[in-house]
Amino acid sequence: MKLTKSFNRSLWAFHFNSGSCNGCEIEIVAAITPRYDPERFGIKLVGSPKHADILLVTGPVVKKMRDRLERVYQQMPDPKVVMCVGACGTSGGPFYDSYNLDGPVDDVIPVDVYVQGCPPRPEAIIHGVVVAQQKLERLEGEKA
Amino acid sequence: MTLIETILAAVGGTVAMAVFGIVAGLFFLGVDRKFAALMQARIGPPLRQPFIDAAKLMRKENIVPENAIPWIFNGAPILALASAITILLYLPVGSIMPVLGGAGDLILVMYLLTIPALAMVVGGFASGSPYATVGAQREMVILIAYELPLAIAIIAIAWRLSMAGIADPFSLTTIAANPVWGVVGPVGAVGLLILLGILAWVTPAELSRIPFDAQEAETELAGGLLVEYSGKNFALFYLAQAVKTIVMAALAVALFLPWNLSSFVAMAPAVAVAADFVFFLAKVLLVVFFSISLIRVSMARFRINQIVSIYWVWLGLAGFVGLALVMIDAILAGV
Ligand code: SF4
Repeated sequence: MKLTKSFNRSLWAFHFNSGSCNGCEIEIVAAITPRYDPERFGIKLVGSPKHADILLVTGPVVKKMRDRLERVYQQMPDPKVVMCVGACGTSGGPFYDSYNLDGPVDDVIPVDVYVQGCPPRPEAIIHGVVVAQQKLERLEGEKA
Repeated sequence: MTLIETILAAVGGTVAMAVFGIVAGLFFLGVDRKFAALMQARIGPPLRQPFIDAAKLMRKENIVPENAIPWIFNGAPILALASAITILLYLPVGSIMPVLGGAGDLILVMYLLTIPALAMVVGGFASGSPYATVGAQREMVILIAYELPLAIAIIAIAWRLSMAGIADPFSLTTIAANPVWGVVGPVGAVGLLILLGILAWVTPAELSRIPFDAQEAETELAGGLLVEYSGKNFALFYLAQAVKTIVMAALAVALFLPWNLSSFVAMAPAVAVAADFVFFLAKVLLVVFFSISLIRVSMARFRINQIVSIYWVWLGLAGFVGLALVMIDAILAGV
């Protein structure tokens, strides 16, 4: 099954904070301001993982959030991709090797796209969504 | 007409109205998003964005939560869409008269308007999520809140028409054929303007749009009523929302802006139907802009208790003032 064109133009993202410092949140919010206007590509933030195509994870996954992150991931309907935003989720970033981490994110759930930076710029986040969309398309193509 | 022909006409009309409702509804949702984007100095999504969203949702996995009641959970979206389309069958579109209809269908429409909302409430309670339950309770409260102003606005018009000696005032066909503005004098016109404003403020609540979307509040309830819905079921609710947009706009048009182009300019019958249809879409656009896009962009969400006091106290009072003006007008007109 090739993904329909609709996925190209309609990606809904759910944002999950697994213990970030809020720097990445500010940049995600900056990415949805009128200046960048991702709605013109059909990208929008939704309030429930059940509605989402992309899971935006920020933060290094602290111990308490591990279970929640797994549950949110399992609640998302297929096809889905996971995007890890920020250095924290990729490697632990400033919290590398801390005693209260269960992360980084890819120790808990499979990550498809990493967006680097501490915090990444809004352009990088939007670019990440585009890459995630390409990956989604490729994965579905392989399934067929 | 034989029975078979009657049935065929009804079925054909229903299918045609369903297609029209969904396509036009999705289109106007796109228009609304574009308006909102332009007002916020953005480029905004393309007009066909809602079609793309609906197509995508149809392709997604359909999750039924473990502690939901599956048959209610799956049935509610179908009920919502079906009942929204049913209302459309009673509303005149341009000079195309409603498929169904008859004496008193205005009252029937008022009752039918609650059914899509009730379907959402049932679906919300059946999904077994605390967020959805809170959302469903809020939806019930909002439903009760906006009913009074809506009823006042509708009844006032029908009553004034009946006072003017027009037969069958509670039929939408009659109301559409006799623009109420031509019946009332200046005092009544002021009253009608107030009632028009009330209908414009009831519309966002009926469609659960900002500022009256406390039942879906994304930020506090994570989508509220719809929180557990995904895939096909969510797409059906999306389509129901689109059809409801057309329904509310068509109702406002039928009640307050019922003029047809063909009654001003002489035209061949076939051209007249097409021209009236386009004119109808233009009027719907006007309603969508003023009562959905403009309100939703310029305001933030009200709290649930504020919504109740706005509808019951303020809009209810305004409604009674409008009704009183219409009554005074009827007395002045000497009936
Ligand atoms: S990556 Fe940097 S900015 Fe983002 S959450 Fe981690 S520490 Fe904060």
